[in-house]
Amino acid sequence: MDFFNTHLLSLILFLPTIAALIMLFLPGGETKLMRWFAFGASLIPFVLTLVLWNNFDLNATGFQFEEKYTWYEAINASFHLGVDGISLTMVLLTTFLTPLAILASFSVTDRVKPYMMLFLFLETGMLGVFMALDLLIFFVFWEIGLVPMYFLINQWGSANRDYASLKFMIYTMGGSLGLLLAVQMLGVLFGTYDLVTLYQQWNSLSADTALMGMTVGTVKTIAFWAFAIAFAVKVPLWPFHTWLPDAHTEAPTAGSMILAGVLLKLGAYGFIRLVLPLYPVEAKIFAGWLAVLAVGAIVFGAFGSLGQTDFKRLVAYSSVNHMGFVVLGIAAAGLAAGTADAHIAMNGAVLQMFNHGLSAAGMFFLVGVIYERTHTRDLNQFGGLFPLVPVYGGILIFTSMASLGLPGLNGFVSEFLVVRGAYPVLKIYTAISMLGLLFTGAYILKGIMKVLHGPLNEHWAHGEHKLTEINTREILVMVPLMALILVIGVWPSWILEVINKAVVALF
Amino acid sequence: MNFPILSVITFLPFVAGVIILMMPATRKNETRAVALTTAVIDLLLSAWVYIQYLQGHMTGYQFLEQHDWLPQLGISLFFGVDGMSAPLVLLTGIVMFTGVLISWGNDDPHVMSGIQDRPREFFAFLFLLAGGVFGVFVSLDLFMLFFFYEIAVFPMYLLIAIWGWVKTREYAAMKLTLYLFIGSVVALVGALAMYWTNYQSTGILSFNMLELEKAGFSADFQNLWFLPVFLGFAVLGGIWPFHNWSPDGHVAAPTAVSMFHAGVLMKLGAFAALRVGVMLLPEGAKHWAWLIMGFAGVAVVYGAYIAFVQTDLKYMIGFSSVSHMGLVMLGISTLNATGLTGAGVQMFSHGVMTALFFAVTGMIYDRAHTRMIPELGGISKVMPFATIGFIIGGLVSMGMPGFSGFVAEFPIFMGVWQEQWLVAVIGSISIIITAAYIMMNIRKVFFSPMPENLEGHIGDVTVLDKVAIVTLCLFMITIGLFPGVMVPMVSTGVENIMRLLGGA
Repeated sequence: MDFFNTHLLSLILFLPTIAALIMLFLPGGETKLMRWFAFGASLIPFVLTLVLWNNFDLNATGFQFEEKYTWYEAINASFHLGVDGISLTMVLLTTFLTPLAILASFSVTDRVKPYMMLFLFLETGMLGVFMALDLLIFFVFWEIGLVPMYFLINQWGSANRDYASLKFMIYTMGGSLGLLLAVQMLGVLFGTYDLVTLYQQWNSLSADTALMGMTVGTVKTIAFWAFAIAFAVKVPLWPFHTWLPDAHTEAPTAGSMILAGVLLKLGAYGFIRLVLPLYPVEAKIFAGWLAVLAVGAIVFGAFGSLGQTDFKRLVAYSSVNHMGFVVLGIAAAGLAAGTADAHIAMNGAVLQMFNHGLSAAGMFFLVGVIYERTHTRDLNQFGGLFPLVPVYGGILIFTSMASLGLPGLNGFVSEFLVVRGAYPVLKIYTAISMLGLLFTGAYILKGIMKVLHGPLNEHWAHGEHKLTEINTREILVMVPLMALILVIGVWPSWILEVINKAVVALF
Repeated sequence: MNFPILSVITFLPFVAGVIILMMPATRKNETRAVALTTAVIDLLLSAWVYIQYLQGHMTGYQFLEQHDWLPQLGISLFFGVDGMSAPLVLLTGIVMFTGVLISWGNDDPHVMSGIQDRPREFFAFLFLLAGGVFGVFVSLDLFMLFFFYEIAVFPMYLLIAIWGWVKTREYAAMKLTLYLFIGSVVALVGALAMYWTNYQSTGILSFNMLELEKAGFSADFQNLWFLPVFLGFAVLGGIWPFHNWSPDGHVAAPTAVSMFHAGVLMKLGAFAALRVGVMLLPEGAKHWAWLIMGFAGVAVVYGAYIAFVQTDLKYMIGFSSVSHMGLVMLGISTLNATGLTGAGVQMFSHGVMTALFFAVTGMIYDRAHTRMIPELGGISKVMPFATIGFIIGGLVSMGMPGFSGFVAEFPIFMGVWQEQWLVAVIGSISIIITAAYIMMNIRKVFFSPMPENLEGHIGDVTVLDKVAIVTLCLFMITIGLFPGVMVPMVSTGVENIMRLLGGA
């Protein structure tokens, strides 16, 4: 048992990869076997995460379940893993969503084996980012997660997938370029990539020490923006968001679920884990700028969403809108670091990451469900479908309401916390973001109206095009999501106490 | 260690080449079998040397052997490997093995794969080339280094001119040979200058590099001769602005020769430039480092950009080699431990990666009879194995973490940060350009719909091809995941260089 406890993180991290490698030697023609094997394999990390959650000591400070191995001695980077409350929540989100995404992919019939393998590789990539306590390892997993996602979009996506996948890849890699350079600079300066060490050493540099012909202050400012832009592209913040609607729209359903559910969180997590602790001073100075971008994402995301006629694009822009709140919370926490407002805002931001993961994954899945049946995502082609598919309609409305922020469901809790934390320190920005929230209501309702209500499009009512009801497997995907959405909405404290401990310790 | 393993590794290809030449021209398969056996033995021996060095935590020059050759002039056959050259010896073994595999050839006149025309002569020349390359990597005697260097360059001419691409082979072969000979002659003059100056000051005639290291040449002498010597060799390393023989040569050469050319021969240039230029003339190196860094910085970005606009798959890879070898030169030009370590790993990483690229490109060309990217498509459906190989090569090329390219490029950039951060910032642009062209070309060649004229004409790769692809991929992934299997070794080699540079 000792081995199990001390290696729990590595086990969760690498089990998906090991499973994928085993799949390599299984017969690819047996699609059923491939599906169930991948699904089963992705459940194990989830179960282990529950053990992790259970064994997590709420009263301890700092990182837990730490593991450290030599990896790249020459540049002093070690394979250092560990979790605190924030990363634990994200690990849970990842291992929770991956089996659901795989279950959602049971309808994929084309080259099932590589498809499932890519999903498992992707899970390792994402988990690595959340667990890394070494800057280089963070970067390694940050980049490596791009590859499976690229191929999932490029190979299993819809019509315009080539453009979308390349745009996704180039945007993210281009954004990461500054991060790469800044990481190298930190490594050169301190001779280590260990985050815990870097937090102290980098911050203890006095601001007027000369560095590369500039003052430390200038260098830090540049490095701050290098980090911030890399993460802003991933979140994505306005105006770096344009890759997202394309990637989402073209990705296969499960790909969108993971993309919105987890990949976007990597960016926000980067802000929380790296930007704020490494650059507290700059985060304070530039909090207003970050808030502008965040509010831009909230408002333009909402408007963009409202203007769509493609159901999937509508949901994609809603991600921009919701992730804006995460960054607004982060900006407020950076500005007010150390105060109760900061803690509230940050709690809200982390919870919003989790909540958006649930609702966005659910929304994308529901779009996928109807797309598989109708082969169109054009909202004007739908209409009046509620009587045809009452169960689907109910689920769609429930999930939409979570996305909209209806009290009693999860979105409300986190958005309220963010706004409550941000309001005292970023009054005007928060006020403008409320405008975005208004339009959030508008586009969500527009989506529901266009699909479920209004005059029935007879095309879907009869004959070979007759719309069929959501099936059991699809309901099984939605049930865990809806259950969590409701539980967090009604009783958020079980997750908030885990997050709050880490937030208070860090900020 | 009494068994002269380095001599065996070096001279085995020569012996095998002669044996192959004595076989009847009609016995093609027997010829190939002899070639493969030789390559396997050489690969195992070089792997053995590598593992011994790594496992034994050795430092400095090991497996030394010295035989007088022309003692009156101070020339001896002096072999040894250190942490810098042992990986390159292994690399040569790998490329030799995979090169023979993919050149196996099929005597069916309808399938054009591998070498069908005169395999006997082809393998003989190829082994002459391989022997020369091994010789350069293990030589600790300056004269012998030149000797093997020229031996390695000469068969390239014949290999390209006879078995190359009909359209450009004469031109490319001539251009390549002239470039390289001019470069080596310039370097030779510099080497002779060292030899005489050392004689004048010590009264000893010696080409022994370990002794020349201690000669203590004056700063003026070093500043004068560093550039000719370094650049003379660096021409073979494809340094900008002397790179332009290289893509032409790649394109014209048959597949296995392209693999050797990009995989090993270009390392020969960089390695010799390091061993002779930097290590024997460290003061000169410090004096001129800025210039080398400038050249290398241009090569990195310019090479990537030119690769981006190519429509011929082989030209694309050729220019990407220029870009990646630019990174090696960039690492060398930093003259600090981090950068040099990166350069050492990058030489190995790029060698394996580019060999894989050319191997897959050759497989495609043999079947589709075209290398023009716009005329290709849908290859993944018929050649899934080669597709995965090419993708892995592409990821290495992009410097994707988890593969050897990242392990190599990261310390190079870190080294550059320590000297001139601006170059690191500019150089990093190449990463994104590389990602763009690799991804776009992978998509077009392997995943876009197959053109009608190719439909039904393309078959899968052979088992031997698959073995070659797997071998190359394994090395790239292993080093990417576990840098510890190579980096500590290169670091010991770098320590030696740092000692000569006076801890600069």
